[in-house]
Amino acid sequence: MRYLTAAAFACLAGAAAAQQTDITIGMQLEPPHLDPTSAAAAAIDEVVYANVYEGLTRFGPDGSVLPGLAESWEIADDGLSYSFTLREGVTFHDGAALTADDVVFSLDRARAEESTNAQKALFDAIDEVTAVDDLIVEITLKQPNGALLFNLAWGDAVIIDESDVDTLTTSPVGTGPFMFSDWVEGDRVELVRYPDYWGEPVALEAATFKFISDPTAAFAAMMAGDIDAFPVYPAPENLAQFEADPRFTVLVGSTEGETILAMNNGLAPFDDVKVREAVAHAIDRQAVIDGAMFGYGTPIGTHFAPHNPAYVDLTDLSNHDPEKARTLLAEAGYPDGFTTTLKLPPPSYARRGGEIIASQLRAVGIQTEITNLEWAQWLEEVFRGKDFGLTIVSHTEPMDIGIYARPDYYFQYDDPAFRAMNTQLNEIVDPSERNEVLKAMQERIAENYVNGYLFQLAKTGVADARIEGLWQNSPTQANDLTGVRWTE
Amino acid sequence: MLRYAFRRLISFALALVVASLVVFFSLEVVPGDPAAYMMGLNARPEAVEALRAELGLDRAPAQRYVAWIGGMLQGDFGTSYTYRAPVAGMIADRLWVSLPLALYALALSTLIAFPVGIWAAARRGSAADMAVIGTTQLGIAVPNFWFAMILVAVFAINLGWFSAGGFPGWENGFWGGLKALTLPAIALALPQASILARVMRSALIDTLGEDFVRTARAKGLSPGQALRRHALRNALIPVLTIIGLQFSFLLAGAIIIENVFYLPGLGRLVFQAIQQRDLIVVEGVVMLLVFAVITVTFLVDLAYAAVDPRLRRG
Repeated sequence: MRYLTAAAFACLAGAAAAQQTDITIGMQLEPPHLDPTSAAAAAIDEVVYANVYEGLTRFGPDGSVLPGLAESWEIADDGLSYSFTLREGVTFHDGAALTADDVVFSLDRARAEESTNAQKALFDAIDEVTAVDDLIVEITLKQPNGALLFNLAWGDAVIIDESDVDTLTTSPVGTGPFMFSDWVEGDRVELVRYPDYWGEPVALEAATFKFISDPTAAFAAMMAGDIDAFPVYPAPENLAQFEADPRFTVLVGSTEGETILAMNNGLAPFDDVKVREAVAHAIDRQAVIDGAMFGYGTPIGTHFAPHNPAYVDLTDLSNHDPEKARTLLAEAGYPDGFTTTLKLPPPSYARRGGEIIASQLRAVGIQTEITNLEWAQWLEEVFRGKDFGLTIVSHTEPMDIGIYARPDYYFQYDDPAFRAMNTQLNEIVDPSERNEVLKAMQERIAENYVNGYLFQLAKTGVADARIEGLWQNSPTQANDLTGVRWTE
Repeated sequence: MLRYAFRRLISFALALVVASLVVFFSLEVVPGDPAAYMMGLNARPEAVEALRAELGLDRAPAQRYVAWIGGMLQGDFGTSYTYRAPVAGMIADRLWVSLPLALYALALSTLIAFPVGIWAAARRGSAADMAVIGTTQLGIAVPNFWFAMILVAVFAINLGWFSAGGFPGWENGFWGGLKALTLPAIALALPQASILARVMRSALIDTLGEDFVRTARAKGLSPGQALRRHALRNALIPVLTIIGLQFSFLLAGAIIIENVFYLPGLGRLVFQAIQQRDLIVVEGVVMLLVFAVITVTFLVDLAYAAVDPRLRRG
């Protein structure tokens, strides 16, 4: 009966029926503040990236690098200087016009000595940023850097206005299609459409980001219609139910999150490549994906995203072969196996995956003492203190294979040959040459069995079936709403 | 009386100082660094150090303790490490949700418990009394978060009368705010009402057996009159004690219900702050709760003294 009335009403209202122009997006974590240039929290970018703030370049939904505030650029033949032409008529939400000086200020602030930018390495190659005129910015480099355009697309490289710098954390002012409206701490952040946006006007007039940490509450909020879309839905076990319900669509895509069983390369017995190889062969990736992630996730054999054109499938190097694992352990001098620690941070991929991996390791003779840690403890003990044997973590930054060139990084992989490859990569500008080096780097770490490579984290989201334009994949952690609209 | 009040006041102040020392230094030994939490897995160590300096975390603990206490005496609770906002303002915002929720739940539980408890006590041993005992036993046994999830499933998902959670803010209308707190308050009130009804019932049954009630009956009062005029007033003392305890529990302990209904209350603030090692927020909230509990105890002490003259000399 209710449906009949609704249908009758819809007929009466006919073409005059107004389309819904606001959206409520659910997120599991609340951002600590709203300045993407001084913290690593993904939740910040999930609210402001491409919506409130823009950089010189930006990521498209497929991970490609597109022009952002820079409409075009020219690269000098030696690859040492980039000249960016800014778009005309771009204004910040406080009305100030975007000029080359704002770009100089933003990039200089990010790479300054006392900068608290969480991704300062993005700007390492930059020697100087200068304003040629109002709309032309020149970036000169210390050495050629093929990743510069990619690096400038990160949320940590967005352009801000100097006069707003003290209030960025609580009331962000950017150049994007939405401007900040309200933040009820603990509950929601509200954005409204910016009428003077330089680009194509967005279909939505208002967007609300609501923070629901409890998976059961997230389910109830979707079911009750309080939330229109939950792009990173926290409970994969409910997805089948949403899939069966015509009111919802389930979005399954890829992320930049390489989930790995990290091994402490600086600690016996993991300093022996034979032991690491044994661990790699002891793992049954598909069992971990099925058991911990309800089947969502793509197996990986190295630290690289499978959707990237430079990806090499190296999963065969570490296929599930317990017999081989036992032989390798015996060769390494551990015929009866050994005991080590397995320290797990809170996400379910780690906690559920950890139990499964522990039993797989037990099958080849490796006993693990499992410790569950909070994130803050994990950062202190494992990441900074390097006090662990094994741990499971997802590295969610895009294109982060460069961490293997940092010998003091928590898994302590110290390989001069790999470091040389990484230096070489940074100096190449040509995309196909870069891909060749990237492939060699992937092979190097896979053959050295630096870590156990498990799977690429899937992005599993739920949305009202009438919404279109949400990102299916997650080339960077963002909820870009510029192309989102209601279809009826 | 004045000397007694003064002595109580001194122990009140001492308790606060000791509490602040315990709170501050016990949190200091918890492993974890708020700056490392903020900067994630890719940050350079020097960027983390720069953030530590910016947050004032590079100073010695004793130095920070003095700065913290000095600020609090002037009403300044410091600045949150992660939110970069004044802690006092954050706590005040959350109190505007937690305090009304606690009062709402307390009012509901009292409104249910009083009539039920009195009704059962007046019919002691009857089938109705047994039914009350059984129902309240169930009310205590059922976990409140489970009851909350049932409420959401029925009233938010199936009937659509309420939102599944969240809080619109009082500035968007009183009734909207009250509506958002209704399901959480019911979920919180049910176990409290069950406890309170049982206390009410047994306290009343005890006083009904006292000599003064028999005297009242001998004077010619009906059982109902004797209960209302004489027994009820005396039975209130244990009931009021329980209500006082329940209030501080509801204010500080609603965290699970706040999670189920994703309400921006004090409990969730502390929970999140602990995870992020935003210790200055944790310290501020804990001190506020300590202050509240000590104040209530202080007032209760004074009230006892006012009622019982023997205590004033003690």
